[in-house]
Amino acid sequence: MDTDTIKIVRMLAENVDFFYGSTHALKNINLNIFKNKVTAIIGPSGCGKSTFIRLLNRMNDLIPRSRLAGNIMLDGENINEPNTDVVDIRRRVGMVFQKPNPFPKSIFQNVSYGMEVNGIRDKNVITEKVIESLKKAALWNEVMNRLDESALCLSGGQQQRLCIARCLAVEPEVLLFDEPCASLDPVSTKKIEELILGLKKEYTIVIVTHNMQQAGRVSDYTAFMYLGELIEFGHTEKLFTVPKDKRTEDYITGKFG
Amino acid sequence: MKKLKEFIIEKAIFLSGSLSIIFVVLIFVFLVKEGVLFFKYVPPKDFLMGNNWYPLSTPEQFGMLPLILGSLLVTIGSMLISIPLGVACAFYIAEVVNPKFKDILKTGVELLAAIPSVVIGFVGMITLVPWVKSIFNLPTGLTALSGSIMLAFMAMPTIVSIAEDAITAVPRRYKEAALALGATHWQAMYKVIIVAAAPGIFAAVMLGVGRVIGETMAVMMITGNAAVIPHTFLEPVRTLTATIAAEMGESIRGSNHYYALFVVGIILFIITFIINFVADVFLHRIKK
Repeated sequence: MDTDTIKIVRMLAENVDFFYGSTHALKNINLNIFKNKVTAIIGPSGCGKSTFIRLLNRMNDLIPRSRLAGNIMLDGENINEPNTDVVDIRRRVGMVFQKPNPFPKSIFQNVSYGMEVNGIRDKNVITEKVIESLKKAALWNEVMNRLDESALCLSGGQQQRLCIARCLAVEPEVLLFDEPCASLDPVSTKKIEELILGLKKEYTIVIVTHNMQQAGRVSDYTAFMYLGELIEFGHTEKLFTVPKDKRTEDYITGKFG
Repeated sequence: MKKLKEFIIEKAIFLSGSLSIIFVVLIFVFLVKEGVLFFKYVPPKDFLMGNNWYPLSTPEQFGMLPLILGSLLVTIGSMLISIPLGVACAFYIAEVVNPKFKDILKTGVELLAAIPSVVIGFVGMITLVPWVKSIFNLPTGLTALSGSIMLAFMAMPTIVSIAEDAITAVPRRYKEAALALGATHWQAMYKVIIVAAAPGIFAAVMLGVGRVIGETMAVMMITGNAAVIPHTFLEPVRTLTATIAAEMGESIRGSNHYYALFVVGIILFIITFIINFVADVFLHRIKK
């Protein structure tokens, strides 16, 4: 691999196979995730797209009797090496989940939590960063006067933006979105999408979605997965207009899904 | 015919269901009816605040303060031991231990509740009491400390079992969110999971307290039963429960002493009622 590719490839999956017990959930996945681009992963339910994205920050470590083969690299380092610090990987690769999952704490504490667990003690630094993160997540104007209220009082869309702010506060390099709009209304969905487009200037973004229009609106690259295999990967525009594989074409034209 | 059968069964079930409530009410009415007579002879202030419990001397004195303090001291002591141990144990079972052993461990802890309190008292008397005596160089090992330690064992199963349920019931998404932000397992536990499980843990603690306050046999055997105002954990104390158990048999029916014990019973009843009620409120909050 020459140096030019390393510069733009932020994460990379190499011959990745993944098993839940005896279920072969991912089959020989090879995928590049480019720096400061949005990569969308689409595919019908059960195709392995959530499983794949959860490998990128090692969330699947929590699943008993699961097994991974192949390499997942972040900035040229294998994140599954025995001496890799999983806590550090998860800080560098942030994740926003399908269902908004703010902690049952105040809005402020939700954002400051990540900094606290990463050892930042300075109150001023924390406060500044909380404000900055909430602004980046386009939530500041709505919550600036009630930072001490419980995060559970916010609407679903606001909660999801809070979860994004919470991720941003620990200064990740990569942001993973696992169907972030699945439980949101169209207005909130639009806000999250605008946010993602804004965030790609600073972050590398991977988004799993079952919504093809959404993939079309926000992503630069799209990967289509089906039955645990990566069928096609390419520029979003190309994949949606001139798909190379018959299955991709069938899926994006709505013949199955 | 079929209708009649239904009717009878329905009423029978209703009756059995209501009986437990009726019994509680009847017991309370009986306690109050007997106890209230006492205040004709002794003003409530002397009773609640009096320093001396000499029911058999002349003139007899019914100052309940030593008994209340005795119960309080033993309860606080046992909670200081059982809350940290119990909550830590609950976290271990819910979060840390290999799932294969989880059930064995939990059943084991719950079996602790099956040990009759007289056996706990007996074991404490034979093993713990001499240790306390020699370690602290005391005239007697029958102290509030011994009682606290043994009662902590009795509160543990309640606290562990209910706190473990509460921790397990914390939605997985909280833990995932914490880990995804770069928290270690321990940071996720003590900063997020414990907050989410707090109402359940609190309920667990309250039920543990209820168990300890109401416990009679073990405390009677190992706390020394001296009705004096305790100043440290290393003195003998007498609890409310032990007082009733020890003295009811010898009191003359209809005497002031007899009525005084009923009032002690009322106070115990009110305390445990409040504790159970509070625990219940918190348990219901989790279910929602």
